[in-house]
Amino acid sequence: MTAYDFTFCGAQLSALPTGILWWHAQSLLCVSDLHLGKSERIARRGGTLMPPYEVRDTLNRLSEAIRACDPATVVCLGDSFDDLQALDGLTSADHKHLASLMAGREWIWIEGNHDAGPVDVGGTHLRELSLAELTFRHIAEPAGTGEVSGHFHPKATVRTRGGSITRPCFLIDRRRIILPSFGTYTGGLKTRDPALAGLMDGSALAVLTGRSAVAVPMPR
Amino acid sequence: MSVFPQVFNEWFARRGWSVHPHQIALLQRASDTATLLIAPTGGGKTLAGFLPTLVELHQNSDPGLHTIYISPLKALAADIRRNLEVPIAEMGLSIRVEDRTGDTSYSKKQRQRADPPDILLTTPESLALLLSYEDAPRIFGSLRRVIIDEAHALAESKRGDQLMLCLSRLQALSPAMRRVGLSATVENPGALARFLAPYPALCNILTSDPGPDPDIAMLVTEDPPPWSGAGAVYSVPAVLEEIRKANTTLVFINTRAQAEIYFHALWRANDDDLPIGLHHGSLSREARDRVEAAMARGELRAIVCTGSLDLGIDWGNVDLVIQIGAPKNIKRLVQRIGRSNHRYDAPSRALVVPSNRFEIVECVAALEAVKEHDLDGDPRPDAPLDVLCQHILLIACAGPFDADALFAEVGGTGPYRSLSRSDFDACLDFCATGGYALRAYDRWQRILRRPDGLWQLRDPRRARSIRMNVGTIVDTETLAVRMRNSRGGTPLGEVEEAFAATLTPGDTFLIGGQTVRYEGLREMTVEVTKQPGRKPKIAVFSGTKFATSTQLSHRIIRFLEAGDWSALPAHTADWITLQAHISNLPRSGRLLVESFKRWDTHYTCLYGFAGRNALQTLGLLLTRRMDDAGLHPLGFVSSDYALLIWGLEPVKDAAALVAPEGLRDGLDSWLGGNAVMKRSFRNIATIAGLIEKNLPGKRKSGRQATFSSDILYDTIRKYDPEHLLMRVTQAEAMRGLVDFGRIEEMLARTEGRIDHVQAPHVTPFAAPLLLEVGKVPIRGSADARLLEEESTRLMREAGLK
Repeated sequence: MTAYDFTFCGAQLSALPTGILWWHAQSLLCVSDLHLGKSERIARRGGTLMPPYEVRDTLNRLSEAIRACDPATVVCLGDSFDDLQALDGLTSADHKHLASLMAGREWIWIEGNHDAGPVDVGGTHLRELSLAELTFRHIAEPAGTGEVSGHFHPKATVRTRGGSITRPCFLIDRRRIILPSFGTYTGGLKTRDPALAGLMDGSALAVLTGRSAVAVPMPR
Repeated sequence: MSVFPQVFNEWFARRGWSVHPHQIALLQRASDTATLLIAPTGGGKTLAGFLPTLVELHQNSDPGLHTIYISPLKALAADIRRNLEVPIAEMGLSIRVEDRTGDTSYSKKQRQRADPPDILLTTPESLALLLSYEDAPRIFGSLRRVIIDEAHALAESKRGDQLMLCLSRLQALSPAMRRVGLSATVENPGALARFLAPYPALCNILTSDPGPDPDIAMLVTEDPPPWSGAGAVYSVPAVLEEIRKANTTLVFINTRAQAEIYFHALWRANDDDLPIGLHHGSLSREARDRVEAAMARGELRAIVCTGSLDLGIDWGNVDLVIQIGAPKNIKRLVQRIGRSNHRYDAPSRALVVPSNRFEIVECVAALEAVKEHDLDGDPRPDAPLDVLCQHILLIACAGPFDADALFAEVGGTGPYRSLSRSDFDACLDFCATGGYALRAYDRWQRILRRPDGLWQLRDPRRARSIRMNVGTIVDTETLAVRMRNSRGGTPLGEVEEAFAATLTPGDTFLIGGQTVRYEGLREMTVEVTKQPGRKPKIAVFSGTKFATSTQLSHRIIRFLEAGDWSALPAHTADWITLQAHISNLPRSGRLLVESFKRWDTHYTCLYGFAGRNALQTLGLLLTRRMDDAGLHPLGFVSSDYALLIWGLEPVKDAAALVAPEGLRDGLDSWLGGNAVMKRSFRNIATIAGLIEKNLPGKRKSGRQATFSSDILYDTIRKYDPEHLLMRVTQAEAMRGLVDFGRIEEMLARTEGRIDHVQAPHVTPFAAPLLLEVGKVPIRGSADARLLEEESTRLMREAGLK
């Protein structure tokens, strides 16, 4: 399990193979698009009854990362909850799990388009966060710089001699980083999509998640 | 003395027809609860099915729906309507016949519900939908007869199970209903009869005279077939010559991709401009309609087609059937042959065209089997629970229901006659709450139990989306292909999403018999432009692939073992000799294994002759062993006779690789995580209603909103391994896709007697496998290594590191 270490706008960062961004100097762990409560929201709206385990699975994976890094600060980059009512659908075990993760550290919920407005859970709620060289927000802004965002759930396809391999990925160029989604029930948007291709400049890398974090020039 | 009313006798006389004995027998048994008629194509089978209805309606025309006719094909329903209107008009009967399929207009469907015709011609899916409406009791209350056409084809799939569930509902709405199944020749008529009849009623079987044996041969060409490949393009000149000599020819090809390629090749060689059409399931409705209409008008000399024309659309003037590629299954070959020469007393004429050297052997074995009337077929398991889940949801759409009554109804079908109450309750719970160990949805149940004990939809508005999901045919996700044009150009057909994802602008491919150039994706539509004259880069569809039946596989190995190849063309006998020279020949008491290197990949080929499914499982198990041994397997592909594995390191010890000890250990956990299981799960979860089908025009363009069914599978497997859908997926896979019993049989038969050949290059027998579709990638240690390699290369190329 090897991370991809890089310098971004003066900050030393690591893209972890799990899809988490780690800022060692600030002891800050950043994760995006947890979409907690997605299955409950679909059921509530009369859709299909998906396996109701994605909250547990997402939190399990997040707690492994937190155990490994022991961050002072955790930034959730928005769309942490699939909607504002999603908290009601969490089981008491899920609530306890979340509370144990938040205990003893600063926890920042950035607003997303799914969870605009404060959610009734601890931590700090912000539209965006500026810290040292970087700004954390949910959706990338065209003029953004030193910007860390999520929202798009990027995934990249690499053709190898053994066939093509598709993985959720970080997108990194000189001015911005877009994180992959961390939630269990989340799909992906290909890097070739105009929405992503238009945001990233020619130097952009895609860092694929998986057993190791692997960088390639962003497939376009 | 005739059993028919006078007007019918007069009509038969006017037509100069004599009544077939089975037509009389069916009329005499018209009051039986269930009857199965087995007759060859052209035996007046469909008319036999309808005659009792026509007689009853002639004698007593009560208003309301009298008869439902069900066919597996939409086109068949329309075809039968045209054929039925002739006798009705000529006898001056006052009978209204209408068809109702997915192609019927909304307003016509609405009218049919308000005022049903006397005879309704439909498909299993359209019937299931009709039964999900609240007015079903009114529509079907007067029903007297159901005719199930091509029953043998329906009984082979979950469509048949769904149909039987629907019939049990019809029987409940109209207890006087009787059913008649019409079938081509089958290997086990008793099993089909049990499938069709309401349990525990008996089903009479009527068998008509099968007629003379078919006139069938292998097409021998001047040029031998290629060493490998499945296209059979080499045979184009000889096949064109046969088309020229015949009146009308049906050219059957096993997959859609091959049909496209073959049709293209026929056209390039077609110097006489013979009118030849193409018909397969990936073509747009418009394109298929055009071909069917031209065929009905007698304008075509030949149609290149796939299974889409397997079933009896009646084109009386077809006098030759050509099967391109080995038939894979003796029964299907016999049924296809039956499509030629609809004159009952004349033999059907057919030619089989092998597409490569190995298929010559297979064709010879199949022809022997046809001569010996040795039909094959594996019994299907009963009671698929995913279909039952869908049925429960559709019943809930029609209105509140009583669980005990529904259980009794379902137990009255052939396929579900031994369904346990606990399985039924598990399906009901799945429909209501998702059936998870974690009771998360008790507030949001899809169906809930009212205080009076009846079950109903929580939100009646959901009926619409449940209905949209009707059916048991789960296609791979496809994208429409259109000509690029400002107004949205001509639809050409569809391609699989996975194929579309590999295209880059400028790539050329074949669709609908023409070469097109990929321009780009626009809102989930593949836009193309015409690219005449260019050689296409690639064919499109993986299509349905048939497995060679067990019986036929056994015949092939016996044939190879016998060592008498005089029935084979000289070139094929030479090829087998060459294989024996370079490597070795497979023998039933031994296991032949070959290893060779090609480019920088190491291949190992095992000739197990255990059938495609068992060999696929063996592929999964052996690649796991290779992964553990650090051989970095990349993938494998299986055919019916062999398994080919490739990886980054060579296999040196074949005996250790296939050692039976511990092979089964971890089978379940390994199988649990593999792509084959995920594919089964996706189909099952879609049928059961956990995953909603992607409907055209409904799909969100922001793809980050949707996620793969693989994630659902992984999640249930991790947190709820006893879940109903996991049980169904495992049971289905162990029986069908896994077929572990045949691996054990093969290992016992060879008992470590392994001939491991280190070949200098790809061997004659292994070559076709390199071109097989359906390769299963192994997402193991090799992936990491490949990604690293590619990353290093790309980064260096980009000057980044």
